[in-house]
Amino acid sequence: MATVTETPTGGMADSAHLARVTFRIRRFNPESSEHAFWQDFTLDIDPKERVLDALHQIKWEEDGTLTFRRSCAHGICGSDAMRINGKNRLACKTLIKDIADLDGGPKAKPVVIEPLKGMTVQKDLIVDMEPFFQAYRDVMPFLITTGNQPSREHRQSAEQRERFDDTTKCILCAACTGACPVFWNDGQYFGPAAIVNAHRFIFDSRDEGAEQRLEILNDRDGVWRCRTIFNCTDACPRGIEVTKAIQEVKQALITRRF
Amino acid sequence: MAIEISEVAKGDEGGRRYGPDNPAPVIEPPRARTHRTPRTTRTNFELYGWLFMRVSGVLLVVLVITHLVIQLVLDGGVSKVSFAFVAGRWASPFWQVWDLLMLWLAMLHGGNGLRTIINDYAQRDTTRFWLKMLLYVATVFTVLLGTLVIFTFDPNIS
Repeated sequence: MATVTETPTGGMADSAHLARVTFRIRRFNPESSEHAFWQDFTLDIDPKERVLDALHQIKWEEDGTLTFRRSCAHGICGSDAMRINGKNRLACKTLIKDIADLDGGPKAKPVVIEPLKGMTVQKDLIVDMEPFFQAYRDVMPFLITTGNQPSREHRQSAEQRERFDDTTKCILCAACTGACPVFWNDGQYFGPAAIVNAHRFIFDSRDEGAEQRLEILNDRDGVWRCRTIFNCTDACPRGIEVTKAIQEVKQALITRRF
Repeated sequence: MAIEISEVAKGDEGGRRYGPDNPAPVIEPPRARTHRTPRTTRTNFELYGWLFMRVSGVLLVVLVITHLVIQLVLDGGVSKVSFAFVAGRWASPFWQVWDLLMLWLAMLHGGNGLRTIINDYAQRDTTRFWLKMLLYVATVFTVLLGTLVIFTFDPNIS
């Protein structure tokens, strides 16, 4: 009798665009267990939504203990980089329809979500970003000039600006560094993101600290540990040609020497 | 729908859960930058190593392929290679220098490649150190022994 009061036609129309998708999330809580484990959440969700919306739905409606970073939720702040179906992406820029198995049924593959590799997991999808930012600080990511305080702006031509335009797009999400196998094994390596941000100043015509930055990146854990496997370029959610930037720094080091 | 947490509060001390008064142990990131991290060396060693790999690789393509063709393909192939054949080739200083160059370049190229792989893959500092020591000893031994043989080769040995 109770079913009569429901509105079958209206309900169908409301949920016709929804798809049933399973999200398999790597959970870790050091305060309850020292072991990480996988947890499946099956949601009815619009496949045109983003993975971040699915995470919100899980956190707000299913399990409030699910922990992840996000700030702007629109691909600018770089907080929600994570490993989705084995590739580092921003959860807020990845549409569910692009990565999920929407055929449905019991054999449908789940969307697998893990924290970034190569950094210590603190809880669920949150990793310790300190080594990443340490490498970033080490390349001195700020304008270095000499002489008196300028009385007018630093002039720069459009061509000079274009030289380092690609590397200004970095949002420090760590998707590239978290995709680098050299960084996975040895956190002493600067990682692609730090080199990209050094590149941004090394090739800036207004900056005078290129020599110091090149000297830092010429060291044991600098650009020479890059194996040019292009994981970073694949991972970058801003489409920066990361490996090319690293190669340009190598080239600058060699032409400086010879 | 959701898998239950199989192990609850494992590793807690005295039966107490981790919490604000009993915090979980801090997990140090592997090989983080600490005050014990080695200082920068300020040398161009890695630059020269990187360049050497490219230059020696190109040279080795020519040296090794020519070597293989002479040894294995021309004049009846591998069956002709004997003591007399080697003695005949090393009578000429050209082939002595050729083989010497090939030995040094191949050993240093391979040694530097293995050093890179050890640096990338050995996780513990002591493992890394001893693997590299083994590699350096093996490389120096092979290079010196090969050089010795090329220069002191005696075709009339009985």
